[in-house]
Amino acid sequence: MTGLRVADTGDAFVVELGAFNGPLDLLLSLIRDEKIDVYDIPMARICEQFLARMHELALNAAAEYLEMAARLLRIKTLMLLPRHEGDDGWEDPRAELVRRLLEYQQVREIVDVLERMGEDRRNRFARAWFPALVAPPQAPLALSLVELLAAVDRVLRVSREPGLHDVVPRPLDVDGAIAIVRAVLALRASARWRDVVREDAEPWEVLSALLALLEMARRSELKLAQPRPFADVEILRESAGQAA
Amino acid sequence: MNPLAKLLEAALFASPRPIPTSELAALDAEASPAAVAAALDELREHYDVDGHGVELVDQGGGWQILTRPEYTEAIERAQVAMRPHRPSGAALETLAIVAYRQPIGRAEVSEIRGVDVGAILKSLLERGLIEVVARGEGLGRPLLYGTTPLFLEQFALRHLDELPRVDELAVALSQPEEGSLGEPGHPVASGGA
Repeated sequence: MTGLRVADTGDAFVVELGAFNGPLDLLLSLIRDEKIDVYDIPMARICEQFLARMHELALNAAAEYLEMAARLLRIKTLMLLPRHEGDDGWEDPRAELVRRLLEYQQVREIVDVLERMGEDRRNRFARAWFPALVAPPQAPLALSLVELLAAVDRVLRVSREPGLHDVVPRPLDVDGAIAIVRAVLALRASARWRDVVREDAEPWEVLSALLALLEMARRSELKLAQPRPFADVEILRESAGQAA
Repeated sequence: MNPLAKLLEAALFASPRPIPTSELAALDAEASPAAVAAALDELREHYDVDGHGVELVDQGGGWQILTRPEYTEAIERAQVAMRPHRPSGAALETLAIVAYRQPIGRAEVSEIRGVDVGAILKSLLERGLIEVVARGEGLGRPLLYGTTPLFLEQFALRHLDELPRVDELAVALSQPEEGSLGEPGHPVASGGA
């Protein structure tokens, strides 16, 4: 599925190919690549090529390409039907296709003009420019390992001495802290932060106490409340959860 | 600079959108159209001759002060302002068809492009590049779309007539009255299909 980009625009998926904007675009590029006269398209050859490119690009499921393929096959079949000599009523079955192709070719030319003019304007800022175009979703980041390593290298070179720290794991003692909180709440119905954490507590003790309080609140052993913003947190015994 | 030119400069500086000449004339009830035109000329010359980083540009249906292209990269690199995203090929094709065949419905645009354009029309509507201008006569009275002034502005056009005429394109149709896109902005009778 290379070259396929699927954008979810809400009610419908828009499948945009990297290279082609639709079956007419693909057909036109085939005609250009094969240097085919658009007024005399060899249907058998173009059918074959179109189907081959569809498989190549994994477009088998795209309805619009399938429809075009069916149309091409139908024209190819019509071309095979015997014609009567001097039949003035015969209409080239390719006529409609040629008309659409030429019309589409015109559109492509206008697109080139618009692209050039739009690019000119994109390169100038108005004083109060604001994003008029809604930003399309960011393309997924495509990085090779080499690029990633190069980026790391650049970062490392910026800081001459990368301050490397040894991180010593210090296990938190949540169970111990829970025991302390339980002991405090066994004596009184409500407590404060200061009652469960010593004044000169180490960071790991503070964290253990915090996790212990959150864990016990989750288990409904206690309630945490803060009457006003920045007020001391109140730790309240939850009578119902006492047994737990 | 003469006082009128200064007034116009101030108005252009304040406006986030191009201002048409008629609206600029309304700034000073005393000023004649010729005086406004002369003041605009003076302002443009002032920017060009004295060598300013901005210039006075007449596009998008009006006048606007824009930065000169040579500074775009530096401005964007410093993230002072960001360029809008480049529209996709599918969006440009759809815009091109709407610009030349307006008012035009979704079915016709889809027919020309060979793919369904419902989602793209919706996104162009959201970006304000096209708008619903009428309803068709056909079944279900389909919505018909046309381009907006913002479309002109983003593609540096004064008006739709500045788009190339169909007979100026490299591909001329053998039967232009039947299949051509018609002229920009001027609705043509749909040729069958």
